[in-house]
Amino acid sequence: MTRFIVRRLIAMIGVMFVISLLTFLLFESIPNGDPARRLAGRLATANEIAFIRKEYGFDQPIYVQYARMMKNIFTGQVYSYYQGFNVVDEVKLGLPATLSLAIGAGIIWLFTSIVVGTLAAVKAGKNTDRLLTVLSMVGVSFPPFFLGAILIYYLGYKLNWFPLGGYVKLTSDPWQWFVHMVLPWFTLSVLFIGFYSRVLRSTILDTINEDYVRTARAKGLSENQTLRRHVLRNSLIPIITLFGLDFAQVIGGGAILTESIFNLHGIGQLAADAIGRLDITVILVVVLLTAFFVVALAAVVDILYAFLDPRIRIAV
Amino acid sequence: MTATASTGTEFSDEFASAGFGEGDQVPAGLGPWRLAWRRLRRNKTALFFGGVFILILVLCLLAPVYSHSVAHISPAAENIAGQGNNCPPTCVSVTGIPIGPTWTSSYFFGADRNGRDVAVRLLYGGRNSLEIGFVATLITMFFAIILGVLSGYFRGILDGVINRALDVIWAFPAVLLGVALGATLAVSGILFLHGTSLLVPAVVIGIVYIPYVAKPIRGQVLVLREREFIDAARQQGLSSWRIMFTEVMPNLASTIIVFVPLILANAILLEAALTYLGAGVQPPNPSWGTMISDGIAQLPAAFHDVLVPGIMLVLTVLSINIFGDGLRDALDPRAKVRIAR
Amino acid sequence: MSDPLLEVDDLRVQFHTEDGVVRAVDGVSFTVDQGEVVAIVGESGSGKTVTAMTLMGLTRGPNANFEGSAKFDGTDLVTAPEDELRQIRGAGIAMVFQDPMSSLDPVYKIGKQIVEQIRVHNKNISKAQAHDRAIELLERVGIPRATERVDAYPHEFSGGMRQRVMIAMALSNDPKLLIADEPTTALDVTIQAQILDEVRQLRRQQESGIILVTHDLGVVADIADRVVVMYAGRVVEQGTLDEIFYDPQHPYTWGLLGSITRVDRDRSQRLLAIPGMPPSLLRPPEGCHFRPRCPFAFEKCTEVPPLTARLPDTADHLDRCWLEVPQKRELRKRGDQIGLRTKETVIS
Repeated sequence: MTRFIVRRLIAMIGVMFVISLLTFLLFESIPNGDPARRLAGRLATANEIAFIRKEYGFDQPIYVQYARMMKNIFTGQVYSYYQGFNVVDEVKLGLPATLSLAIGAGIIWLFTSIVVGTLAAVKAGKNTDRLLTVLSMVGVSFPPFFLGAILIYYLGYKLNWFPLGGYVKLTSDPWQWFVHMVLPWFTLSVLFIGFYSRVLRSTILDTINEDYVRTARAKGLSENQTLRRHVLRNSLIPIITLFGLDFAQVIGGGAILTESIFNLHGIGQLAADAIGRLDITVILVVVLLTAFFVVALAAVVDILYAFLDPRIRIAV
Repeated sequence: MTATASTGTEFSDEFASAGFGEGDQVPAGLGPWRLAWRRLRRNKTALFFGGVFILILVLCLLAPVYSHSVAHISPAAENIAGQGNNCPPTCVSVTGIPIGPTWTSSYFFGADRNGRDVAVRLLYGGRNSLEIGFVATLITMFFAIILGVLSGYFRGILDGVINRALDVIWAFPAVLLGVALGATLAVSGILFLHGTSLLVPAVVIGIVYIPYVAKPIRGQVLVLREREFIDAARQQGLSSWRIMFTEVMPNLASTIIVFVPLILANAILLEAALTYLGAGVQPPNPSWGTMISDGIAQLPAAFHDVLVPGIMLVLTVLSINIFGDGLRDALDPRAKVRIAR
Repeated sequence: MSDPLLEVDDLRVQFHTEDGVVRAVDGVSFTVDQGEVVAIVGESGSGKTVTAMTLMGLTRGPNANFEGSAKFDGTDLVTAPEDELRQIRGAGIAMVFQDPMSSLDPVYKIGKQIVEQIRVHNKNISKAQAHDRAIELLERVGIPRATERVDAYPHEFSGGMRQRVMIAMALSNDPKLLIADEPTTALDVTIQAQILDEVRQLRRQQESGIILVTHDLGVVADIADRVVVMYAGRVVEQGTLDEIFYDPQHPYTWGLLGSITRVDRDRSQRLLAIPGMPPSLLRPPEGCHFRPRCPFAFEKCTEVPPLTARLPDTADHLDRCWLEVPQKRELRKRGDQIGLRTKETVIS
């Protein structure tokens, strides 16, 4: 087990190095204006610009710049070239909203998908299945910002059941935090539920035809018991892998659309703004954060996978 | 709860294919394509929604006709004061709120913030959104097939490089990647395309989805190349390229066909998302994405400006998705549930 | 003579498919006595597996239609309600399937899977007791180091071992009837011999009846007491092992016997396959199902031949062929062996 963790940590460092390097080089090659000039501001003199260039090391060779950037990031002393704020601080501010959204929605979408997917599979071909299938389809056809807008308008503006957006910290007011998160959770979940329930349904239908399910029935197990103990257990395995990756992506800013429509000011919004402005420092930090989560979650998923499927335990 | 729908049919599959007629003639069996076509034809829901999509497509193509002959107003005509139109009395109120649906030929769905006819814009915007969707899908499928087949068939370093590149693109959330590319290219344009061209978002979206198709294709090619008929072809002395075209590709055909509606649906959604974030279609080009964005900016007033293009978008994507699903069921030889009464 | 363990009477099974009604089983009757091994022989698509699965109720579904009866221990397996059937499955009647590699759930230890079968039929047995019984069963089927191996996963066993585990599992509730569907087909020949030994021992120890579904006549010759030959959903001949092998009455049986590879056969003789293909069960041939492939078919064959005993002194040797008995004994000769001649070699 420790060997596994060590191997994963090394992989994580490797991945983060490669990704940060690639991102850095990519942005260096885009003609986005002289960063020194941008930092100095519009009214700066040539001297001031030159001074900044020297100060920030923009005249140094690439690898020195890269090393410096990395050092800044890891000591928390990295600043946006366009807005001047401390990136790590901003990320810390945005993280609670994104994490609340991701974790809450993740739990909702995982459980609902399991229920819906299983139900649709069991009643396959009948009207319940058709209905659930159509609903799932509708779920994946709705852009999150449109759904969010509808919810805000009808449930927030017209009925006043929910606030119109914004984020309240869990620590300051748990109830308000909850109330503010309900609509965003629902909006983000709908998309994933639509997709996951279909995948699960399809996996279950495949599994039901496996020989060992036939054996279970031949042993005298009821349909319910067969389903619970043999079908579901095997069907959930691929879902876990998918979930790990999607969840990591959501944390890394994949939920930008939901964060945006509900004004949650999370990582997603930070990332999108930065990308739009080609703000390299923010982008780098967010990319590193995502890479970290992806690798960490991939490791967790692998462990879970090994736990669920004994055939692959040798590797862990 | 019973899930025995499939225990009966697995036997009937075996028996139904066990020969035709009296057994001493070679049967003229139905090939897999004809069988798939038959299955598709029986799927009323898929066909219905396929029809809906075609209808939407036709309506959008007829946008100029609608604009000219029905609504008598061009999509860009800003008509705040409402001269000579059915806007009682103005199309946009003093407080800046546009009128809602009139359900008449003029301003059928109402007006937007600039006094433009929403219905007319909807159709013109649809043309753009659909065009971007189709072009993006074309780009994705073209490159994904090439990369997937090259990578899977030749393996080695080529595979390593292509696969890693695909992984990198694939690891990024589609929206963020789209924003990155879109924001950059909107300013600088790409090759011969100007930054505000509609093809820029199409190219961006096309690139983003390449790994989603290339990886499964590569996977399938990896399996296919190990199969006996490839060995047989090689033994006959066919060159690698020839083998790729005549043996590998046809087997990929059904996978490719299944992906097309999937990518199209997602491309249309992604266009709306990117436009909402400012990295997609640039003004003044209309698209469903721009209409929804503009509508959202006005919230909570004039909700019809959000609802109309939004519902149209959902309906279009839904139709493609349901039809695509029906297509997948028809092509899948191991279709698990085939209740026939 | 005690009552038979299982009495199948004119069993018919139909499946409704997109392309029409498939008559998978079209009139099958046979009995199984205690301590008897009945082999059901036929090609793929003959309906033998469907018959076996129907006895367990595993073919029930919205598309399936059943007629006829299968009486076991006072219950009609064809019409019994699901709850009743479930109590019989895995206890009164147990089944071993064809492919041991995929018939065990990969995520559970084999001990747990055996315990599951025990406890689903008897909740009073504690987990520990069931666990001990599992070890006992594994030892009985010849799995070495059973106390350790009971906690192993299926993928840690070879094919032959897995099949033994399946047999152990099937025996866990002392079934009166064991159905084995091609238990050795997926295994290589040496393992096959071992498995058959197990089955032989079983019959000696348990006095349970065994139905062995197979297409391999070699296996049949090894351990069967009686043989039921199926073709295209019907029983075409049935009788004792000796009757079938030494006095077969149906052309299809001749074909089967003629196609066995034999060590003592003259090398220069070609292997005799039965020409033609099995018929479609959607639109089966009129009358005798074997008619299109039979070199001896004549006008009467368009009428369905009933399954009756046509030999004077053996009431239990039944067949479905209109030919006269003396004719049969002549026509089945191919050189000095029994086999099915091709149409060209027949003088009509």
